[in-house]
Amino acid sequence: MGTYILRRLIQGAFVLLAVSFICFIIFRYVGDPVLSLAGRYATIQEREMVREAFGLDKPFYVQYTRFIFNAAQGNFGKSYVSRIPALGLILERFPATAELATTAIFIAFVLGVGLGVLVSVKPYALRNRFIMAGSLGGISTPTFLMGIVLIMIFAVYLGILPPFGRGDTVKIGFWRTGFLTWSGISHLILPAFTLGMYQLAVLLRLTRAGMREVLTEEYIKTAWSKGLPPRKVIFKHALRNVLIPVVTMTGLQFGELIAFSIVTETIFQWPGMGNLLLTSIYESDQPVIVTYIMLAALIILSLNIIVDILYAFLNPKIRYD
Amino acid sequence: MTKRFFRSKIIYDFFHDPSALVGSFILSVFILAAVLAPWIAPQDPYDLEKVSLEHFLKPPIWKEGGEPPFLLGTDDQGRGILSTVLYGCRTSLIVGFGVVLIAGTFGITMGLLSGYYGGHLDAVIMRLADTFFSFSTTLMAFLLLGLFKERGVLVVIIAICIADWVKYARTMRGSVLEVKEEAYILAAKATGARDLRLLLRHLLPNAMPPIFVVMAVDLAVVIMLEATLSFLGVGVPLTEPSLGMMIAIGKDYIYAGMWWLVVFPGAALVLLVVGINLFADWLREELNPKIEKER
Repeated sequence: MGTYILRRLIQGAFVLLAVSFICFIIFRYVGDPVLSLAGRYATIQEREMVREAFGLDKPFYVQYTRFIFNAAQGNFGKSYVSRIPALGLILERFPATAELATTAIFIAFVLGVGLGVLVSVKPYALRNRFIMAGSLGGISTPTFLMGIVLIMIFAVYLGILPPFGRGDTVKIGFWRTGFLTWSGISHLILPAFTLGMYQLAVLLRLTRAGMREVLTEEYIKTAWSKGLPPRKVIFKHALRNVLIPVVTMTGLQFGELIAFSIVTETIFQWPGMGNLLLTSIYESDQPVIVTYIMLAALIILSLNIIVDILYAFLNPKIRYD
Repeated sequence: MTKRFFRSKIIYDFFHDPSALVGSFILSVFILAAVLAPWIAPQDPYDLEKVSLEHFLKPPIWKEGGEPPFLLGTDDQGRGILSTVLYGCRTSLIVGFGVVLIAGTFGITMGLLSGYYGGHLDAVIMRLADTFFSFSTTLMAFLLLGLFKERGVLVVIIAICIADWVKYARTMRGSVLEVKEEAYILAAKATGARDLRLLLRHLLPNAMPPIFVVMAVDLAVVIMLEATLSFLGVGVPLTEPSLGMMIAIGKDYIYAGMWWLVVFPGAALVLLVVGINLFADWLREELNPKIEKER
């Protein structure tokens, strides 16, 4: 197990190095940093001064080493637009994205697995047929459309939930949370369901398919014939074996979750990292984009490693060696 | 040969399964509509001579203020919603099938080599696949298109393919690993078949069934992804019709009660994807030997 974790960490470091190389290329060659730093109306002399001051006249490998060295210290340069350090700009928006994403994944997991079990027990009941039809709709509706439909129903026609923004927040240390005020929670409901809905439908279908296979197994028949209560047979004997692929799936979907948080944040004008990224892309603000990519890579890689380790605990048959 | 095909189990099951029939019916209607768009659309929404701002934001024809030929109303540029939806489905399907074809071919090749040869080649391909997979097709495509600001249908297809091939490679590799151990492969090897013949003639056809399911599901996913990218403004250029872009324009008008700008393109998109998913569901059950269908 120890060797396995070590190997994963080394592999992760290599991937981060590769990502940093790509980021450097983006920073250096997509658009001209000299022009962005010195301003559009700078004279040739001023441009030369900027080029020298930022070391942009040095050979490629010197510039790259410097980039890595700075990145390791969290220094990704200043945003071209707001002239504020890019990392600070992004980290300030991290709590908003983290709260949105965790709420979404929580809703998706609890409702997805719960409804999946419910449906698998009586597949032909009318109610369950409706749930399955709903899940087909769920996997067939892109996140952005789900968001707009929810806004149309709950904000425009019924007028019971706010259509955009994050509401009132409370600051605890550096973390600005929306969980502690009623306004914060009511603003969170629509975006969280928007972001979670697709995952919810995917997990529901995965759980149902898994349960359908497991419920025909011999050991489930044994459990029934022992006279165990249904609660025990379904949750303890069946669901436990179905959860392994479901957890893996949830873990592997973090990249997708981050991608779709960009969409959700844009629709609901949620003040998170994804919203900032989209604005930065429109404005060609390379330092912010590069910082976002490095940070996203770091988060995705760490979560993947954590899920792999959890996986080994969940399934004792797996021994990484 | 054809006779045998039409009497096979898969064709029999297809014609006796409602979800397969409904799904493929929806998909064929959309394909037909997309191919025939220039002839059946009341207006060419991308021919600037035929579009006039006079007709902007008209409601559907059954509501007060609606006027022919704009059956489903018009958008803020005076383009007919019905015509734009028809042309938009064209883009959706071109991108969808384009990605399935290109990413599929590349991924299948990678998976085949990886599963058959194993060793270092396998390790390199699979680590690469893991990395692309965890960054997700959506994130990669979004960043690539956003950074390089190149636009066009082909560019969108390629940006999606960059990470999308992984699905095919993983599935193919798994399938090859299973098939590789079958007696008929060993027999072919024993008769002295060369690698290339073994790969193309024996392994590929027998390892394909799970790939068909991936293709069907992927088609649905890619069509939604294209709409998402165009919605965010990094997809196809403004001069190309796209359902995602129509919804992006329409979302600014929902507070004014002009629901038709979002509802019709949205409904077309969802219906198309539902059709594909219904077909994919049937295919998955049909090709899964573990599930014996109860009737």
